[in-house]
Amino acid sequence: MISQLSWKIGGQQGEGVESTDRIFSTALNRLGYYLYGYRHFSSRIKGGHTNNKIRISTKPIRAISDDLDILVAFDQESIDLNSAELRKGGVIVADAKFNPTIPDGIDARLFAVPITKMAEELGTSLMKNMVASGASWALLGLPLEVFNKAVEEEFGRKGPAIVEKNIEAVKRGAEFVLEQAGGPLDEFKLGEADGEQKLFMIGNEAIGLGSIAAGCRLMSAYPITPASEIMEYLIKKLPKFGGTVVQTEDEIAAVTMAIGANYAGVRTMTASAGPGLSLMMEAIGLAGMTETPLVIVNTQRGGPSTGLPTKQEQSDLNAMVYGTHGEIPKVVIAPASIEDCFYDMIEAFNVSEQYQVPVIVMTDLQLSLGKQSCDPFDYSKVQISRGKLVTDAPALEGPELFKRYELTEDGISPRILPGEKGGLHHVTGVEHDEVGRPSENAMNRQRMMDKRLNKLNDLSIRDAIRVDAPNETPDLLIIGMGSTGGTIDAARTMLGQDGVTSNHITIRQIHPFPTAALTPYLEKAKKVVVIENNATAQLAGQIKMYAGYADKIESLLKYDGNPFLPLEVYKASKELS
Amino acid sequence: MATFKEFRNNVKPNWCPGCGDFSIQAAIQRAAANVGLEPEQLAVISGIGCSGRISGYINAYGLHGIHGRALPIAQGVKLANRELTVIASGGDGDGFAIGMGHTVHAIRRNLNITYIVMDNQIYGLTKGQTSPRSAEGFKTKSTPEGSIESTLSPLEIAMSAGATFVAQSFSSDLKGLTSLIEQGIKHEGFSLINVFSPCVTFNKINTYDWFKENIVSLEQFPDYDPSNRVAAMNRIMETNGMLTGLIYQNTTRKSYEDMISGFKPEGLAKQELAITEEQFNQLVAEFK
Ligand SMILES: Cc1ncc(C[n+]2csc(CCOP(=O)(O)OP(=O)(O)O)c2C)c(N)n1
Ligand code: SF4
Ligand SMILES: [Mg+2]
Repeated sequence: MISQLSWKIGGQQGEGVESTDRIFSTALNRLGYYLYGYRHFSSRIKGGHTNNKIRISTKPIRAISDDLDILVAFDQESIDLNSAELRKGGVIVADAKFNPTIPDGIDARLFAVPITKMAEELGTSLMKNMVASGASWALLGLPLEVFNKAVEEEFGRKGPAIVEKNIEAVKRGAEFVLEQAGGPLDEFKLGEADGEQKLFMIGNEAIGLGSIAAGCRLMSAYPITPASEIMEYLIKKLPKFGGTVVQTEDEIAAVTMAIGANYAGVRTMTASAGPGLSLMMEAIGLAGMTETPLVIVNTQRGGPSTGLPTKQEQSDLNAMVYGTHGEIPKVVIAPASIEDCFYDMIEAFNVSEQYQVPVIVMTDLQLSLGKQSCDPFDYSKVQISRGKLVTDAPALEGPELFKRYELTEDGISPRILPGEKGGLHHVTGVEHDEVGRPSENAMNRQRMMDKRLNKLNDLSIRDAIRVDAPNETPDLLIIGMGSTGGTIDAARTMLGQDGVTSNHITIRQIHPFPTAALTPYLEKAKKVVVIENNATAQLAGQIKMYAGYADKIESLLKYDGNPFLPLEVYKASKELS
Repeated sequence: MATFKEFRNNVKPNWCPGCGDFSIQAAIQRAAANVGLEPEQLAVISGIGCSGRISGYINAYGLHGIHGRALPIAQGVKLANRELTVIASGGDGDGFAIGMGHTVHAIRRNLNITYIVMDNQIYGLTKGQTSPRSAEGFKTKSTPEGSIESTLSPLEIAMSAGATFVAQSFSSDLKGLTSLIEQGIKHEGFSLINVFSPCVTFNKINTYDWFKENIVSLEQFPDYDPSNRVAAMNRIMETNGMLTGLIYQNTTRKSYEDMISGFKPEGLAKQELAITEEQFNQLVAEFK
């Protein structure tokens, strides 16, 4: 019995790779296994090699594996490109149609299954995905009823005839491969899962769900990889809650529309990736200057310019922290798991209203699009706080105006929404006085700058740094952010086997930087390794700038478009330790 | 009911004496009172330019944003609280140069807001450069030998973008302008009102006298039918875009807000933020 295994499906984009993966993993989720998915795809819609990999485990996992147990291939290219990943004695299930061969030097077993032929016999080659996933399922020796139930749910809408055909396709794939293999493969016999129902979703969906729970009712956005799923999710759900999604003409419209809607009192978000974030910069300054709440999700991908639009990277950190001219208060939050994606959206909306500042939630492609198991979300933890929002201001006398920018102890002023009788005031991106009237008075300018910039002094979000520090004075303190946490932990297990002690900190509050919280751990570590998917060590830069310890900080960087693998992190960290 | 005086505040405009923008401000204040609004029911969202300062000179809610983005901000305000009357306003550079993309798409989207462009055919605030509305050959600081780009026709663009309300006016015609703004506010959809507003400091060509000589008022055509799209387009072209009055109105197309599925008449900003546990569980069930 094994506790985990890795499965991958490859083929041409648009020929059913996605759907095979979806149905296969949904069924596994039903059985209660922990799953972690990785989508490799190019920005072409049809054609071009693509593959999806999932790691299946009886225990929680948050990283892709270094190797592969089963490869399902719709074409020879998929075998050629991916078989090197197979562990010794791994299995290839390939479509017999293209006379699959095992490349030289690869030790694997090949099952050629007439995938296309069987699907066509049942009426359409579209059913390839069913034959292929049925064959995979059978090799693992898992109960077919569970799989059929998933099929029923996927195709139920299309009527019983379609469901039956698909179930038949699964059966044929399963029977064929079992006959070739002589039954389910013993070495792939997974231990029983805990059977507890998990959620299985991508980060972008958790962000969408979290936003609705947070009271977000409007989204204005312009499509971009890897952010679009957020708007696509919300447009399906928001109408049920009275809200909507507007697909704007560009990201400048998206962000300024969100500013207008937040000003008028609706929790509104926009989401984009690097190119869109760049277009939003001026408006972010407007939100900062007018103290208008604003939530932006930036799903990072490979930059600069169009860069690697469908690949992993974490290179927008500086743009998010420093972007926009002049100086404003701004919060940058980095979820590090699917659960974070959900809970952080609630916090982002709360913080943006409590402190009246723009909040950027930064993910990366792997976190946004990688499908993963996660613990169920806790409804009781959803708390909405709107800060100093005033709803019952007394009527104004004559030309008097509401002090929307009143200088207060904590720098945060009462906020009131258009429509309120006692709330008339001005709002402008020009420097202004307490009622919002433009002012160039030097004293006023200084007071207002200080007011705005000091608002965040006491901000500390939930798990501003997430600490796993079993060692008082570790050989290594490994620091990361975003989707890399699981990979770092997998590497730490290997390091531990070699006797290297390590602590792990995930930085979640990227800005304002959590200096005080982090410093004691930097102090005690013998060496610090900062792991990030970019070329210029942007996170390490923040750590050095705010906390110091430059002499013991080393960087492990990867910017070839792919996420870190546990082995890479292990080897590099070992060398640095 | 509020009178137009209640839409005045005690901020002294920093416009040059004689600037056309003063009358536009007055017309907005009068129209707001005439349609029966209270100051808190009106939000004026403006861009950046001499014209953009207007939101600060009207006693109502207002947001003076960034250059060229008055329209998306205004649309956000309207979506958030459709019970508010929303006026977007700004200069010809704001709306037809840097913000042109938004103008066309706001027209297509057709939210129920009124967009008043203060068109002086020049960049006033930055002290006299050419604008998309400047005439060919127009000499400015940035076109010392005269503009070599063709003049943009906002009315034609609006018509071709599917506008449901297109009007043009002249700041000297306070009565006509006030009436058009009232009609624009009452129109159930996006209304564009382009207003010739002479810049007395930097535009020595398109002066008050020049406009008086060149403007063609629709009042001259008693049979004119503003619901006829082809006729409207023809008349705009025949008059080289110098036409004033209500040029086109389509009362059959519904506003964007009325077409959003599930959108309630009550302002979204007034609705409940929290979702129930049952709603929450339904959302989550999809991922099991
Ligand atoms: C992004 C950006 N670019 C440039 C400017 C400088 N700027 C301010 S107003 C303006 C043009 C003003 O012309 P118009 O919109 O016609 O308004 P007017 O002053 O004529 O009323 C420019 C270029 C700016 N504020 N922001
Ligand atoms: S510069 Fe021109 S547009 Fe600006 S205030 Fe003076 S007259 Fe008006
Ligand atoms: Mg102008």
